[in-house]
Amino acid sequence: MPRTIIPFGPQHPVLPEPVHLDLVVEDEKVVAARPSIGFIHRGLEKLVEKKDYVEFVYVAERICGICSFIHCQTYCQAIESLMNVAVPPRALYLRTVWGELSRIHSHLLWLGLMADAMGFESLFMHSWRVREKVLDVVEATAGGRVIFGSCKIGGVRRDIDAECIKQTIADLDSIEREIATITKVFLSDRSVKARLSGVGVLSRKGAYDLGCVGPTLRASGVAQDMRTLGYAAFKDLDLAPITRTEGDSYARCAVRCDELLQSARLIRQALAKIPAGEVAVKVTGNPTGEIIARTEQPRGEVVYFIKANGTKNLQRFRIRTPTFANLPAMLQLLQGCDLADVPVLLLTIDPCISCTER
Amino acid sequence: MAYLEMSRLALKWAMKRPPTTRYPFRPRHPIAGSRGQLDLDRATCVYCTACAKKCPTGALFVNRLKKTLAIDRLRCISCGYCVEICPKGSLKLTTSHGTPAITRDREF
Repeated sequence: MPRTIIPFGPQHPVLPEPVHLDLVVEDEKVVAARPSIGFIHRGLEKLVEKKDYVEFVYVAERICGICSFIHCQTYCQAIESLMNVAVPPRALYLRTVWGELSRIHSHLLWLGLMADAMGFESLFMHSWRVREKVLDVVEATAGGRVIFGSCKIGGVRRDIDAECIKQTIADLDSIEREIATITKVFLSDRSVKARLSGVGVLSRKGAYDLGCVGPTLRASGVAQDMRTLGYAAFKDLDLAPITRTEGDSYARCAVRCDELLQSARLIRQALAKIPAGEVAVKVTGNPTGEIIARTEQPRGEVVYFIKANGTKNLQRFRIRTPTFANLPAMLQLLQGCDLADVPVLLLTIDPCISCTER
Repeated sequence: MAYLEMSRLALKWAMKRPPTTRYPFRPRHPIAGSRGQLDLDRATCVYCTACAKKCPTGALFVNRLKKTLAIDRLRCISCGYCVEICPKGSLKLTTSHGTPAITRDREF
């Protein structure tokens, strides 16, 4: 059978992100996939040499449009650890709440995109309708819809009052009900099951050996979640990683569906326990030393490496994003799959090329 | 029945009004606490240039001698850093996002 190379991306109807793949196909089977990335490289890591470490908070938040808050939080955590800043407990709880809101809106966005890739347009619209409600809560509490702009070195930039907390909990009730309805469709609808079950199976060992992170790894049965490290206020909250054992696209979808409800529970717990007090401390001086900070983004573990030499500009800044860790797994999943399953398999790792290329 | 979950959802929403609005014919409802456009109170501003120095995007232009303050709306990211550091509390972020900026004209 002769081999053909089909170019896939960077612009493609099912692709929300600009990644290019050369798909080597034999008849309708994909034999190999060769990726090429770098279409939206912006050189943000190099920018630390021009922006001082306080200004860079705004840049860190703009690395990705979906997990913006957690990028900002990770950067602030790294600098705070370097400078031995004790962040007030209320700020840690607020960071947790905003981080989980960010996870809910990211997972809802992914569910919508996945439904769209399957051709389930109405489910896509419903997922994004609920996401819009989450964004309204984010705007009311943080001030922005996608760029929260509420995290800073030493704490958070704004507080939320008792009335706002009450309103957030009321909104969360309705969002949770809507999420339960939508996830029921994802988990029990026959057409969704037929499209996702058994597609792109990744064994536990395979996922671990390829260095997968986040829901991709948890769907293969490895209970790894950086939130269990206890950063921000997670040490005080009741949290157990959600895992599945099947390792297929359906399991990855199910993990994200369950995480939506888990995040809502975590927000509820955090808002119930939130202590009173200051939301930020004054930070003076410049950071010195090297540090690695790890947090759990919606797509998995993100690793920040920062090297500072006591000046206002950082010396070295490096990010290992979750999509970068999941790309080898995606390429393995594509080998031997049907051409029609390529969109589903591409989306199943929840690729965020904007993060990956920085 | 697994078959009917989506049908039930679709039927429910077939009876309801659409959640989308006819923007821009019907303006978006303002959300309290939203970070919108920057506003200046000229009466209290002392033109100290602290905001222009600290603005992460260089969107503010202050002349202490001429007592002028201008903003490039295309550069402003509504981060609120200037509001935080203003010693006189002259700057504030409104909840209105205003009309989209399309030129580099300086306002105020």
